[in-house]
Amino acid sequence: MSMPYYVPPEQLMKDRADYARKGIARGRALVALQYQDGIAIISENPSTTLHKISEIYDRIAFAGVGKYNEFDQLRVAGVRAADLKGYQFSRQDVDARSLANQYSQILSQMFSEAPKPMEVELLVAEIGTDKSSDRLFHVLYDGTVLDEHNYCVLGGDSDAVATRLKSAFKPDLALNEIVKIATSVLAGSDRKLSHEDLEVALLERNGRRRCFKRIEDSEVQALLG
Amino acid sequence: MSMPMFAAGSDPGANFGELLKRVGMSPFAAQSDTNDLTIPHATTCVAMRFAGGVVMAGDRRATSGNLISHRSMEKVVQADEFSGVAIAGAAGPAMEMIKLFQLQLEHYEKVEGQTLSLEGKANQLSMFVRSNLPAAMQGMVVVPIFAGFDSLSDSGRLWDYDVTGGRYEERDFVATGSGMLHASTVMRVAWRRDLSANDAIKLCARALWEASDADSATGGPDSLRGIYPVVASITKNGWLAVDDTALAEIYKEITNEVGLR
Repeated sequence: MSMPYYVPPEQLMKDRADYARKGIARGRALVALQYQDGIAIISENPSTTLHKISEIYDRIAFAGVGKYNEFDQLRVAGVRAADLKGYQFSRQDVDARSLANQYSQILSQMFSEAPKPMEVELLVAEIGTDKSSDRLFHVLYDGTVLDEHNYCVLGGDSDAVATRLKSAFKPDLALNEIVKIATSVLAGSDRKLSHEDLEVALLERNGRRRCFKRIEDSEVQALLG
Repeated sequence: MSMPMFAAGSDPGANFGELLKRVGMSPFAAQSDTNDLTIPHATTCVAMRFAGGVVMAGDRRATSGNLISHRSMEKVVQADEFSGVAIAGAAGPAMEMIKLFQLQLEHYEKVEGQTLSLEGKANQLSMFVRSNLPAAMQGMVVVPIFAGFDSLSDSGRLWDYDVTGGRYEERDFVATGSGMLHASTVMRVAWRRDLSANDAIKLCARALWEASDADSATGGPDSLRGIYPVVASITKNGWLAVDDTALAEIYKEITNEVGLR
């Protein structure tokens, strides 16, 4: 008869967390920053078709790092939840906080119950009527929700990127300045990133209903100068 | 509200109507027998092609039997950046259909990461009209016009529908609603292939004028209240509504001209 072996819950959780963290660390980092006209989300992403950043609703953007198929599944679920809520109630009732909480529920459930935790980190960003009502919700692989201010860093090597960003970030910068800063902190001192390596999208305070805007490659090139 | 997630085999994809069914919020749910109810009917809408795209226009009146129940209905609405819908028929289901159609286009765009083709949008609307058929049999008829700028063919295109969801692409112009006969006669006489955007806008305004002159269920320009028909053009630059000052000017011209005849 084989002996059933005992794994202490602390060890089990630690193993799962290590697994998820390793998966996420394999990917590239992503940053979201407030600038003078809204929120800019910038990521290292050589693909022009498999997006890390996308639109969820009028004022809400989604960004994911880690395993593409996993965060894309969560992205679609978010679009569905938002569109259903807007249809059932009103467009003003759709908010980032509620979406972030729902993502948190899913991720924490997957973390403790599923065969393997999801190897993703998410950002749910919402642009408000003014700077102080902008929201950056950072959701971790285990369902932890962080309410971040000014800027937010996700994904591989995020500690180093965050340290660099902390000294480089200034509020109320113009778009080209913020894109340059983001590019340099993503690259670090020993690498250089070009417009082809980047995916850039904005939530713009533009007075229109849909605030999400994807910045095309040529435009990124122009912004980087 | 929980987040809707589906197994691979039962995933509704980018279909918003199907998604509503999966979560138990089916659109166009069974309606009770409403034959004896007087339903406000929304009325004359036109659309026509011109060199750079299409123009759509619709009056603002809703009637309930002999009563004018609403003076500022918007029966011509933007569906997305490059298309619009005009609806004649029972107001309740018509407005719901427009709302759902707009949502479907946006939902598809967000889920799939690209917009539907114009043909795809026209087909989607045809399915909505078809699913309204049981209600149409009870008098809640909804008949839309769909028009937009097709970036693939670099031209404006327009479609009209019948109650069963039949979809017919029109070459030049189309009208729907109780004043359609008068409106389409005006367009038939004056329409030319090389109309400019401005001329097309004026012709649509004129078609609605004649329809409202002869059909009691179609509203004319209401300068007293400042309510004018909704007129919009759709070109490669997208949807552009004609503002009320410009419409007031156009209708002043028409009034003068009619006064002289």
